[in-house]
Amino acid sequence: MLDDLDNRILRYLQNDPESSVANLAEKAATTSPVVSRRLAKLQQTGYVLGHELILDWSALGFEVQVSLRVTLDKTEPSAFDEFLSAARNIKEVLEIQTFLGMVDVRLSVVARDMKHYQQVYKDSILVLPHISDIEALMHISTIKMDRRLPI
Amino acid sequence: MLSVLDKQVLKKLSLEPKLTTSALAAALSTSQPVIWRRIKRLESLGVIKGKRLLLNQELLGFGVKVFLGIKLATKGAISLDDFERAASAIPEVQSIEHVLGLYDYRLRVVARDIADFERILRRRIMTLPGVGQVEANVLLSEEVLSGPI
Repeated sequence: MLDDLDNRILRYLQNDPESSVANLAEKAATTSPVVSRRLAKLQQTGYVLGHELILDWSALGFEVQVSLRVTLDKTEPSAFDEFLSAARNIKEVLEIQTFLGMVDVRLSVVARDMKHYQQVYKDSILVLPHISDIEALMHISTIKMDRRLPI
Repeated sequence: MLSVLDKQVLKKLSLEPKLTTSALAAALSTSQPVIWRRIKRLESLGVIKGKRLLLNQELLGFGVKVFLGIKLATKGAISLDDFERAASAIPEVQSIEHVLGLYDYRLRVVARDIADFERILRRRIMTLPGVGQVEANVLLSEEVLSGPI
């Protein structure tokens, strides 16, 4: 079970993931060795999974980002597995999520420009197995992306 | 232009959030200072925008992740800024994307359980300025791929 100090350390670290141990210690009003021990324990017990990179795909030359919402033909029992394993092989797919709701699967896709996107959509996406419906949301801007937990 | 080593660094780091720079250096048979310089260069090029702490949401008591598709009710009359500002201030809202298509915004929301989600939906989301149709999809699984690096 986490105590108040653990929660405070996680909170400060969420706000500033590259904060030094000394800095965290100062904010949490404790000492560096205490923070180091707590951090090691939070990692060992699996509370802290690591650090995730936030990439700017447009800086890598991928200007188009599209969220594809896919509904699958669920009369086929292996639809999910076959769709997912085929989607994993598409180089332009960044993220695969499965849902309970109106949508079954969402793919996050990047492309260099609209022409490239059309090509990826036609040659790689539409040939995926068991699609019954597909809908696209074009990414315009990111307002918030910190993924912080309200702890 | 990115070198082969740059691409390997990006790929490894995006797939393995636990990787330390020393482990990464060992895996790519190079030294830690080389890796460190590469990362700094990728940051200065703007390719790496930042880092995010990855926590185990389930262990911390957040068992429910929901994606919301939100359509604004009256476009033009309500300023997008008002909606964005109010939505950003909700602690349970982890991300907000402005999109074009069936919905105007895509929100990622965390909750402790379904009852907690209902509370957030009723008290926080449905009261946002200009909010219209809302579609909710509960996240079952997610995987991150390295993409076309």
